Amino acid sequence: MSSSLFEGQLVRLSSDDPQVMAEAFARWNQNSEYFRLLDSDPAHLWSANKFKEWLEKDLDSALPNNLAFSIQTVDNDKLIGFVAFDGINWTDRDSYVAIGIGEPDFWGKGFGSDAMRLMLRYGFSELNLHRVSLNVYAYNLRGIRSYEKCGFKHEGVIREFVLRDGQRSDMLQMGILRSEWDKLDQK
Amino acid sequence: MDNTNSLYEGRLVRLGPLDHEKDPPVVARWTHDPLLRSVQGGVARPLSSEAVRRQLERVEKQMEETKNLFHFTMRARDDNRLVGLARIFWIDFHNGTGVLNLGVGDASDRRRGYGSDALNLLLRFAFDELNLHRLSVWPGADNLPFIHMVEKVGFEEEARRREASFHDGSYWDVLHLGLLRSKWEKKL
Repeated sequence: MSSSLFEGQLVRLSSDDPQVMAEAFARWNQNSEYFRLLDSDPAHLWSANKFKEWLEKDLDSALPNNLAFSIQTVDNDKLIGFVAFDGINWTDRDSYVAIGIGEPDFWGKGFGSDAMRLMLRYGFSELNLHRVSLNVYAYNLRGIRSYEKCGFKHEGVIREFVLRDGQRSDMLQMGILRSEWDKLDQK
Repeated sequence: MDNTNSLYEGRLVRLGPLDHEKDPPVVARWTHDPLLRSVQGGVARPLSSEAVRRQLERVEKQMEETKNLFHFTMRARDDNRLVGLARIFWIDFHNGTGVLNLGVGDASDRRRGYGSDALNLLLRFAFDELNLHRLSVWPGADNLPFIHMVEKVGFEEEARRREASFHDGSYWDVLHLGLLRSKWEKKL
């Protein structure tokens, strides 16, 4: 087992104060391409104050169902995105995971995959999850490739789930079991 | 459009609002049956009438505040007794999606057609009143009666979340079945 749970090849998982994260979220969401890859809600331009309010609410929950980290580069500690278990089901030992690289300069270079691998290791070895689930829109090809690389298996296609620019797109369901992760981790 | 064709009256059941006086003791009795854990939100847990009363008040408050939840009681048409609960939740009007769940409370009321009858009403409500584009259901793969019931009205398996549910000492798959509006319209 690696000495640091939170340190990968390119990135490390960290935690910033709500003020710092809120300003980053407000900035990243102004890129509508980023938002449409991330979420099926209507694109929204929330203020940094609003994000801060939401993030501060999370600080007060004791045994959280949500666990979020910031993604920082190993090189120069730049904040480039977030990764979160959103909706941990402690009795089924299953959680959904969400990831966003808000800085487009870091797209397609392995930073997201590195962060996702750290998150999976954290989920399986620290939170004792049995599986990790995610949803990804069919048009997010970069995301799908990254999740496949991290070991996620395709589990199905939710048809015509999002409507954008007058077109319906599918949403893919993916998942990875602890047993599958263990095999990858030993390699 | 036919306004005389009621959205709520089925052949055997009627969809209705909550009765905060009379419903809680009935629902509290149902919570002692672990088979209904999926309707309870995942964990079986016997609840007192008072706990159920507060829970149902929260449900109605959530309906009022979020507007993305429609909760129904299912009542037998012959004697108006409460036979089950149903809801359409996680409604996303922007994309036209929602999730459906329903449960018949007493074991003696199951397999008598109440669920199927309510399901048809709920589909009409989802597509003709809420104008949704698609509906989802998330049954455990071991919940065969429910799966057969929804497949009969056109739901198709879209995803299988492997080992996503743990109960009675084992992991079980959870299915995601979907029904598109176009398919529902053809069946009418």
